[in-house]
Parts: sequence; structure tokens; C-alpha cells
Amino acid sequence: MAARPARREGARREGARVQRTRVSHRFNAWVRHHRLSAADSLRRVLERPTASLLTWLVVGIALALPVSLALSLDNLRALGGRVDSQAQLSVFLRPAVDAVAGQALAEELGQRAEIAAATFRSREEALEEFRARSGFSDVLGGLEDNPLPHLLLVVPRDPAQAAALAEEIGALATVDEVILDLAWLERLRRLTELGARLVLVAALLLAAGVLLVLGNTIRLAVEGRREEIEVTRLVGASDAFVRRPFLYSGLWYGIGGGVVAALLVAAVFAALRGPVAQLAEAYGADWRLAGLGLIDAFGLVLAGGALGLIAAWLAVGRHLRLDPGELPGN
Amino acid sequence: MITFERVSKRFEGGHDALRDVSFEIGADELVFLTGHSGAGKTTLLRLVMLLERPTRGRVVVNGRDVSRIARRGIPAHRREVGVVFQNHRLLFDRSVFDNVALPLYIAGYDHREVGKRVRAALDKVGLLRHERAMPVTLSGGEQQRVGIARAVVGRPPVLLADEPTGNLDPALSAEIMTLFEDFSRVGVTVLIASHDLALISRLRHRIITLREGRLMGAPA
Repeated sequence: MAARPARREGARREGARVQRTRVSHRFNAWVRHHRLSAADSLRRVLERPTASLLTWLVVGIALALPVSLALSLDNLRALGGRVDSQAQLSVFLRPAVDAVAGQALAEELGQRAEIAAATFRSREEALEEFRARSGFSDVLGGLEDNPLPHLLLVVPRDPAQAAALAEEIGALATVDEVILDLAWLERLRRLTELGARLVLVAALLLAAGVLLVLGNTIRLAVEGRREEIEVTRLVGASDAFVRRPFLYSGLWYGIGGGVVAALLVAAVFAALRGPVAQLAEAYGADWRLAGLGLIDAFGLVLAGGALGLIAAWLAVGRHLRLDPGELPGN
Repeated sequence: MITFERVSKRFEGGHDALRDVSFEIGADELVFLTGHSGAGKTTLLRLVMLLERPTRGRVVVNGRDVSRIARRGIPAHRREVGVVFQNHRLLFDRSVFDNVALPLYIAGYDHREVGKRVRAALDKVGLLRHERAMPVTLSGGEQQRVGIARAVVGRPPVLLADEPTGNLDPALSAEIMTLFEDFSRVGVTVLIASHDLALISRLRHRIITLREGRLMGAPA
């Protein structure tokens, strides 16, 4: 009986409290706790610069590795694409075929619909070019006879039909041999496909590694603040309240790792750009190494942050499932 | 305000911490809970603050059957129940003010309101001039009073205390008990677990005694 008025009184008191913590207040408090958690977590991360730097480096290297591989692969693909679009057949004519007949064949082939261009290159031109490019001019000068045959360069309209075309032209009586430089292109394509798969596997493994490293870092932070977590839960903190500062810690570690990764990739590609440009020049190609763009770098930082958040979520979640504090005794 | 209806608690391994315990505590009441260590005092308090769930029976706090409170609702329930711990459980990495303010931050109070309430609570326990101090610089009795300020700062309708005077000398213990009596006088339901019989029998409040998990002297 005595409990009844008591209940009403309790309800009245509670009602008054609800009024005082209106929705706007609650929202402000929520924003404030986010701000406090973010700042406090950042302070904790920066308070131990060596440990944090090591974490950032581990995360950065683990992220930089698959990204560098993927970028290299993209460059290789771009290179393959350029060559692919210029797929051409080298048609070597029989030694008995003279320059006039070769010229005529070139014109005849050039008029066919499936062929974009067919140019005749005489054995003399070929020798001259070879001499100029290879640097074997002395050796070649010692030769009595020109060992090279006449050559037709045939560019198919559709690179995919190059193989069929090569077979057809190869069957002509005046043609000795057709070399289609697609075999190595095909191999390159297959290799880049395999490479892409390997990069994906490496990326997944390294992302899992990052999750474990960050998860462990956060777990240690959770262990270090166990008493604080227990007390805050005992006085009515929700899971979200307890989780928040650790999510921010994970975010800072992840973002820092992403920044380190972006810097590493940029540094690696900056170091490679010169040699690659020289190599391309030696092959007479105006091809440049494509590095990490600004948007990609930003994406990398975001990816690091996301991994940090996930790792923190998992690490704290494990802890939250346990019983909150123990009361002493009994 | 706190009602136990035939509550039993059996822990894994078969230990019966509470057996068929029934009682009712009205608002404004201050009740002592006593018994030897291991008699089930702490388990009883843990049931009220939902650190444990009863194996059988019903626990009603502030008009609500706590077995109906889902895991998500536990934090809100704990904000309705202030708790004073024997070992204070203060956080030593922050000031007295921040320790006391913790429940208010959690409940989402406006920060001017936090300042007002924390100072009111510290004033009540006589520690207002220590608000900037770190807990480690305070004496045991002062630390316990900080713990009490933290328990009451959110003005919970129910206040629990687990051996709040366990580590204090008799004079300090009496002082702490006077504080609890003051809270009871302003309408807070207070339940204090204590085995300091000499002290609590002087204070002329209802005493609930547990022995091996059973209520002693309860009406059958």
C-alpha cells in the first residue's frame, strides 16, 4: 500500500528530469561527447608518439603494398592496351618475291575491308632501320649480302581478328612467314589478370592483418581503461557511450596509417618515375608511369579510417559482451 | 520502491546466493541490509542494479519489473539507481569534479546544469573546496564522500550502498550514515548493505538480515 504514492512521487521526479534533459539538450550532449571523445582519443594517440608511429607505419606499409602492386598492374595494363590497339602483322615475303610484287601485294591487301593499313618495306629499308636502331652497324657492314627479306606491315581493323587474318595471309604463295605479335600480348593480358587476382588476395590478407593489428592496439587500450569502462557502465553508460572513444582511437590510427600509406606509395612511384621514363625512352615510347592521384590518396586515407573503425568496433564489442564490473565481495 | 517477490538466485555451479527472498521497501525509507559475508547482500544489490538476473521470482524497482528490462534498457535503469561502492571506484585519472560529473555527462545534461549539480552534490558531502583536487590526494573518508556525491548527483530515486563504511573508522562511519539519512529525508529510497551491526543498530532504521541467502525474521 505504501508503495503506491511512492511510485507516483518517483514518476513525478522522473518527469521533471525528462523535461530538463530535453531532446535538444540530449542532442547537444551527444555532439559534445563526440567532440570530447574525438579530442581525447587523439590526445591519447599523440601522447605516445613512438607507439602510435609504429602502429601507423605497420598499417601504412600493409596498405601501401597492395596499392603499389595494383598501381603497377594498372600501368602494365595501360601499356598493354596501347600496344594492343596497334596490333600489327609482320608479313615476311619469300626471298624470290621482288620489290614490285611486294608493293603490289601491299596495295591489294590495303584495299581489303578488314585491313586498316598495309605498308611495304623493302629489304634495304629494313636493313637500314636495323642498322640505325640496333647499333650493329659494324657487324652488318661486314655482311656481303642483305639477309633480310621484304616485309609487309599489316594493321588489322579489329585486333581481335588479327590471328585469323595472319593465318589467311600466311597461306598466300608469296608469303614466307607471318608473325603476329599478339602471343606475347595475350600472355601479358593473362599475366596481368593473374596479377590482379594476386593483388586482390594480398589486399584481403593485408587488410585482415591491419584489422588484427589495430584490433589488438584497441584491445590493449580497452584493457588499460577497464576500470573506467566498468565504472561508466555501472553509472548508466550505454554501449555506444563506452564504444565511442575507442572508435575514434581506431579512426585516428587508421587515418594515420592511410596517410603513411599514401606517402609511401607516392615516394615509391616518385623514385621509379625517372628510371621508367628512361626505359620508355630507350624503347622510343612516350609512356609515363601513372602514380597515385589525389582522389586515390584520399580514398586510401578513408579506407584506412574505415579499417580502424571496424577493428575498434570488433575489439570493443568483444569486451562489451562480457559482464560489466564486479562488485567486491560475495 | 524496491520490491522482492520470492526471489532466488542460483549461480552456475549450484551455489544458492539468495533463496526465496521477499520484502518491500517504501520510498523515503532507509533500510539496512546485514548478514555475514557470503550471506547474499551483494547479490541482492546486484539484482537491484541489474548486474544479475534472478533465477526465480520478481524484482520491482521504482514501479518497474526489472525482468522486463531488456539489455538495451539497462543503462537507463542504472541512471535511476545511484550506487556507492565499498572501494569507492573513483577514477584516478581525473579530478573530483569530473568523477562526480560522470553520471551527468552520460545522461546528457547541459554543461551549465552539470556544473550546478556537481557543486550542489559536493557541497552536500562537504567537499566543495576539493572540486579541482585529484582523488588520490584525498583521505579514505573523503574519497568515499566523492563516491556518494557521484551516486546522488543524478538525483536517482533509489540509492544503494555496499559496505560504504567498510574501510572507515567509527566517527567517519557515523558521519557517512548521517549523509544517507539526509538523502532518505528528502525522498530517496536508501538501501545500505553493512555488517557493522554496532553502528546500524544505533540508527533505528529497519534492518533486513540475510543468512545463507534467506531472510531472517521475515513473516512466513
